[in-house]
Amino acid sequence: MSLNHELSIVTLVSVGEHPASGRARRAEQDARAVELGLKLVGDKLQTIYAGSASDKQATSALRSYLGMGLSEITLLDLPEQADAVIGLVEHFKSSQCPDIILTGVRAESGESSGMMAYLLAEQLGMTVVASIADILSIDVNAKHAEILQALPRGQRRKVKVSLPLVASVDMAASEPRQSAFGPAMRGQINAETSHSEDDIERLQWQTAPAKKRPKRLKIVKAKTAADRFKAATAKAAGGGGKVVYGTPESAQAIFDLLKEEGML
Amino acid sequence: MSELFRRDPRAQWIARNRLHPLHQAIAAGPVYGPSGLLRKNVHGLGFIGPNGLKRIDRSGNSSGDASGRRGSGPAQAAVVLPLHQVSKPDFTIVVALDLVSGRLNGHDKDTLGLAQQLANRNGANGVVIAVAFGELKDDSLDHAGVDRLIHLSGNQYYDYDPEQRSRDLSVIVKQFNPQHILLPDSINGGGDLGRRLAAKLKLRPACGVWKLDHDSIVCRGSAGKTDITRALSRLLLVMEECSEPVSETRHEQLALTVESNKVKSLIVDHGNVEVDPNAIPLGEAGFILSGGNGIADWPGFHQAATTLGATEGASRVAVDDGFMPRTRQVGATGSWVTAQVYIAVGISGAIQHMQGIGQCDKVVAINTDEGCDMVKRADLSAIGDSSEILASLVDLVLQHKAGENKDVA
Repeated sequence: MSLNHELSIVTLVSVGEHPASGRARRAEQDARAVELGLKLVGDKLQTIYAGSASDKQATSALRSYLGMGLSEITLLDLPEQADAVIGLVEHFKSSQCPDIILTGVRAESGESSGMMAYLLAEQLGMTVVASIADILSIDVNAKHAEILQALPRGQRRKVKVSLPLVASVDMAASEPRQSAFGPAMRGQINAETSHSEDDIERLQWQTAPAKKRPKRLKIVKAKTAADRFKAATAKAAGGGGKVVYGTPESAQAIFDLLKEEGML
Repeated sequence: MSELFRRDPRAQWIARNRLHPLHQAIAAGPVYGPSGLLRKNVHGLGFIGPNGLKRIDRSGNSSGDASGRRGSGPAQAAVVLPLHQVSKPDFTIVVALDLVSGRLNGHDKDTLGLAQQLANRNGANGVVIAVAFGELKDDSLDHAGVDRLIHLSGNQYYDYDPEQRSRDLSVIVKQFNPQHILLPDSINGGGDLGRRLAAKLKLRPACGVWKLDHDSIVCRGSAGKTDITRALSRLLLVMEECSEPVSETRHEQLALTVESNKVKSLIVDHGNVEVDPNAIPLGEAGFILSGGNGIADWPGFHQAATTLGATEGASRVAVDDGFMPRTRQVGATGSWVTAQVYIAVGISGAIQHMQGIGQCDKVVAINTDEGCDMVKRADLSAIGDSSEILASLVDLVLQHKAGENKDVA
């Protein structure tokens, strides 16, 4: 696709967390959002991060986004416990509202409720479309975009969404480019002060490392001891599998099954 | 009155007298002693095994030999669960169901289970209202815990139109003012719909709820790395296995009607796009054609996969022999698959392979050996030469597709 220069696209990035080591890194979905944005508008892409400017680990993780070829990242300086949505809405209301806002589906740290895209869309009066894999085409004059949405089981759905829109980018989108060290060091992080409100409700929560969820037990509601014994010892039977012989009969039987399951 | 035991001296006499012409008929049924006690004929129990010894099988698996059975067989078949009725509810709980292809899935049932738990905890008297959009083919909603059902089935619900659904749901919430609103936090639409509703109603949802603990809930945060314990909120997006599904009661499933107006949507559904089946990750694929050692004709196998539109898989042997890449291997060392239909061609079913296909819904085996493990596991087994069967299956599918095209033209 040729680059579109009339379009304004903003990606919202967050700082990810490595699942094993817990070290700050670029978030996987946000990096895909940046990749998609770079594909659509090249270096006109604007990138915003809402968070604390004094957090050294976070700012060094932000550099790995800059290493993808961005020239600058706008950092809205918020305290640790602040609600990022309020700051972002304020920012978009004070400047011009972009055509497309791209985010990841959910953050890799904190509450990670996945509400950011929906709240921004509601408060800025934009359309929201969830877990997209690609943006196929954008018509700025007719004010709509054709978007490929990721569905379960590797399926894709094409939807036509009117602009302006907020889209959350799924892991099914194309992989982000590697981050290069030189551009990462050269890129600018411009801190802006921002209005902030504390997220009071969140202060009352207790957070602990995730416990392994108990495996669901097979509950046997047997009335007699013999039934319980059978349920505990019996091997799971195939459930009366049908056996067919002969080539045409077999092919027909398999065809019927595929048709019944809706696979054809 | 009929509980009182009345002796029938004549019947007892016939039961004692083996020479009586009616003896066979009466002795076959339950025989009661003079005090009304059931008398069992212990000598009639069991059967003579192959080595001439008497065998008693109490597991109930032996067939045909009815004389040893206790007389409770037919009564167990149709258990009628007690009906749970709520005539004057104190509060309501709204559940919006996913209904993938019109049926309840496990996630929906767990969500309803949690809703019933919330409705009836501490002796409360709540009612669960389920909201179903579009197609509804399931007839087991009453057994899943649906007290009231709102079924919205206009044309607008058959396409992907989340804005219409979230608007209708917000109208329902305003009308019934539920104490809790529950949705499955799934990729089948529930997660998206719940978040849209939350933004619309300005409610703070609890996402990824997996445990209810008195008045607090436990949610997964940080993309699954932390557990957040917080107070019970009004809008809950729940994970699978958050609660046991309803299994001991039947519910009324009374239909309710609500007004719904069509909204002009900003999202227009253009339908699903054809995807290359081999680009789908094996673990996610819905339809897999898997080949093993029994395949002689590999080009025919690949052609069959292309025609059927199936993702290709392979057993370890086929991969080791170089017919398929390592990434296609199904089983303990390869991918664990979750396909809806899994066709195993020429795979005998080593235990490592069976582990890999443990979550598949329908398994079809094509094999020459009738006694192999795969045939025992399969829902449908075709015994015969795999290349011939695949070739005729391809013919059938091509005919079917040609017929469809003719209908369209």
